[in-house]
Amino acid sequence: MELINQHTKRIMEGCKERARSAGLSFTDESLEYLVTNRDLLELSPKVMIPTLYDYWVHDVEVLREKGKYELYPHNPYETVINTRPPISFYNDNNPDWLNVMIFYHVLAHIDFFQNNLYFRHTWDYDFTGQALSDKRVIAKLRAEKGRWVDYVIEFARGIDNLVDFHGGLTELFMPRGAGCSSRLNYYFDVFLQSVKKVPVSDYLKEVSRYNDCLKHDAQLGEKSFFVEAERRYPELEAHFSRWERQDKPVVRRDLLRYLLDHSSFLARDENVWMRSILEIVRKTSVFFQPQIRTKIMNEGWASYWHEQLFLKDDRIRGHEVDFARVHAGVTSMPRVGINPYALGMRLFCQIEEQADKGRFSFDFQRLADADRRRHFDAGTASGGDYIFSVRENLCDYLFLKNYLDQDFLDRYKLFVAGKRLDQQRMVWQYYVKSRRADDYRAMLLDSLYHPPVITVDQEKGVEGSLYLVHAFEGKQLVHEYIANTLMGIEYLWGGPVHLETSDARLAATPSGPGSPEGVSGRVVAWQRVLYSMNEKVLSRKNL
Amino acid sequence: MRNKLLTYLEELKAAGMSPQREAELRAELETADDPHAPPASVAEGAGTEGSGLPNFKGGDLTFLQQIPPPYVNAAVLAKSLDELLERDRQREKDGFPRKIQVGKLVKPGKGNAGKVVVVPTTVEEKLIHDSTIRPTGEGGGEGSGTGGSGEGEEGEVIGEQPVRGEADQPGGAGPGEGEGENHELESTAYDLGKTLSEKFQLPNLKDKGKKRSFTRYSYDLTDKNRGFGQVLDKKATLRTIVETNIALGNLPDLSDIDPTRFLIAPHDKIYRVLSPEKDYEPQAMLFFLRDYSGSMEGKATELVVSQHVLIYSWLLYQYAGQAETRFILHDTEAREVPDFYTYYNSRVAGGTQVSSAFKLVNDIVEKENLARDYNIYVFHGTDGDDWDDGGMKAVAEISHMLGYASRVGITVAAHAGQDGVMTTVARFMNTSGLLKSKPGLIRMDIIQEDADEARLIEGIKKLIS
Repeated sequence: MELINQHTKRIMEGCKERARSAGLSFTDESLEYLVTNRDLLELSPKVMIPTLYDYWVHDVEVLREKGKYELYPHNPYETVINTRPPISFYNDNNPDWLNVMIFYHVLAHIDFFQNNLYFRHTWDYDFTGQALSDKRVIAKLRAEKGRWVDYVIEFARGIDNLVDFHGGLTELFMPRGAGCSSRLNYYFDVFLQSVKKVPVSDYLKEVSRYNDCLKHDAQLGEKSFFVEAERRYPELEAHFSRWERQDKPVVRRDLLRYLLDHSSFLARDENVWMRSILEIVRKTSVFFQPQIRTKIMNEGWASYWHEQLFLKDDRIRGHEVDFARVHAGVTSMPRVGINPYALGMRLFCQIEEQADKGRFSFDFQRLADADRRRHFDAGTASGGDYIFSVRENLCDYLFLKNYLDQDFLDRYKLFVAGKRLDQQRMVWQYYVKSRRADDYRAMLLDSLYHPPVITVDQEKGVEGSLYLVHAFEGKQLVHEYIANTLMGIEYLWGGPVHLETSDARLAATPSGPGSPEGVSGRVVAWQRVLYSMNEKVLSRKNL
Repeated sequence: MRNKLLTYLEELKAAGMSPQREAELRAELETADDPHAPPASVAEGAGTEGSGLPNFKGGDLTFLQQIPPPYVNAAVLAKSLDELLERDRQREKDGFPRKIQVGKLVKPGKGNAGKVVVVPTTVEEKLIHDSTIRPTGEGGGEGSGTGGSGEGEEGEVIGEQPVRGEADQPGGAGPGEGEGENHELESTAYDLGKTLSEKFQLPNLKDKGKKRSFTRYSYDLTDKNRGFGQVLDKKATLRTIVETNIALGNLPDLSDIDPTRFLIAPHDKIYRVLSPEKDYEPQAMLFFLRDYSGSMEGKATELVVSQHVLIYSWLLYQYAGQAETRFILHDTEAREVPDFYTYYNSRVAGGTQVSSAFKLVNDIVEKENLARDYNIYVFHGTDGDDWDDGGMKAVAEISHMLGYASRVGITVAAHAGQDGVMTTVARFMNTSGLLKSKPGLIRMDIIQEDADEARLIEGIKKLIS
């Protein structure tokens, strides 16, 4: 790996100036490296972070990718990494004009990393530096503890999708306990809801009474609010003090953190070293969470900007056709399939256009007349600002959910493509399954990253066991993975582990032998089950 | 097709058959017209979270810069693979299940059939959603589909793709991945494959028309050189000395030779020098035969195919380029298929006549005159069911085959609840006495439906050793 030469760096700096004046914002410094295939090979399993800790699964991946390469060429590499300064990787034989285009693409990525609020927790430190120190910690531990280090890494990575990424973000924007006193929280969150079980209307009345009190007197508002509340519920104070004294059940969505805080096994002196590994794995996972959740937006944003900026760049005159070819390749909508670059870019364009015409407004929303809708233009011309705020505040889920509408589908002639077998002619038929925005959106949302919500139920975790509850969202967990994952959790917890989840029972209609998978008539019945892992033995029972 | 079979069935019935047997055969007959085409690839990336969107496997580097995937030397690969497997063995000792699978042995390629890529795979198991199972009404069965763009009414077919020729399907996973996944082999298979490779080779390998050669050389003192060299070839030297002395007239009486009077020129000394020799090796032709009749539904096919994958992989591994393979599928009729992919993925349907496959092999061997140049091996996999109860035809074909074949291996994967020994094929093979009279040439392995990989490997040992 080496840095790009001064000539190319000068091009990059020129791109930065132009990108800044277009409104993108990013830090001054950036590092650009030329990479060889060999570098890529070592980098790709480490998510392109050169300093990520060593782990044997990465080696396996390298080997597997190699073997697979012959069969199905693909390379899951990202070019830009979200570090301080941001690092990006390049092929060494790009012509200057192509570099200009790629630099704009990269700068837009950097802008996204540094301004999208889902990345807020990555802004205050340099991940490569952190990763390097973590790597050294792990290397040192490995020298002392040998292969057990790898087992702990493995078990921790087994649950590294169960980190409360959103919870962590919330705390950044609103520190715990900020704004409200614990008495107030108790009153509204517990007392009214669980103890008194007041109807919703009364609850809302209390909320607005509180707001009134606060409006009346910001200093003493809360006090006067509680004077009234205590008059109504004389037992409130007693309940509150009792509640404050007792151990509160912690409902945790962050299993890794929970283990760090509550595992008696990890608390033992001889096992304390494992905690640093868990911390490292958790930190790494949390770092990458926003990246997985903003793929369409991030690529769309970068494609949008490389197009905008490239065409305005005076340095590349004469390469418009070259650009058009590459750009079309990057951002074409495939006949069948999804291209996140293309989808995201078009959606940003559409949002900008709609916002320019002031269509994200109540006036437009309530218009029913199709013709007037088509010609609606409030002339607000606020599209530029609007897409910047979208870039700042949303992730893929909200991006698609809010803005992917029927107009968008019609405009770009998008549809959900289905695939079915034509038995007579022995061909797969691709067909237009649906042109409804709802279906298209559902299809996309379904493909987004969404780890299961698994919480710890402390009350059910009796006699030193850990009781996990999987919130059912219409899908079961992958069965084959349950045993080993639970075994890992059992190891880290140091006691039996239970997992409550839902399993599907398929009642397939009998189909003749030799007929293609008899899937058409199957019915799914859901059954709540409990998996238990004790002494490395998995058992399952219906609940 | 069906009518023909029906007539055949009537004939069999006329010859006498139990009602139960007739019912069995009729059930198979029902499937006679079903296609044998390979199944579709299973929905890709089932449950692999983080794999991202369908068709989005590349990143900026591919999209923007068209960087080709990197390449690594296979030798480096093999070494580290061993290290990884060593680690995995240690894992087992430490009380955790093994995690590394050595798999993807077969590239189900089209045309240029088969390629072995020994790759380790491992899964980072996590609690993730299984997207393959969804309630009805949410597009169950078909999957949720993917995106698309362009013209077309709802319901309109916009494109077709032959089930067989989908080698370069967009989206990465492609054919074979889905089905192949089930056949990933335990790391023990790799270990064993290595051991097998070291200890065993194809049985009865004879020198026949050594046409093929590896690009392999062995160095041997084979070249001769006059005057100087590494090792003196005494016999050759003596011969030239005698010749020279005769020419000089120094050897008047041939009946009384006195070596002490020989005149020896330096040029007469013949030495052997080291030279590279191309290694020619005997060549082998392997026939893989598989029953794909309706009764093979389910586990039986899986077992047979798995075992053939193992044999095939091992052969390719060991006899790369030297062993040629042919693939034959049969129900009541046999047909040759061009590559392992089709062989491996074709669906089951139709009735059964084992003899048809053996007959086809005999025909091919005769027509192409293979017996002269090749060592011929035949591996046949079946569930043991055959409409031809007595197996007269099959036994006749097999006996003929044993005249030229170096080894015939028959795998009977008996269905659950069935006694493998009592299956039709096993029965007629046993009664034929071939197994006993020519144990060097023909072997039979009967496995139960619940057999695991280890059992299959045992089976291979039995068939091959």
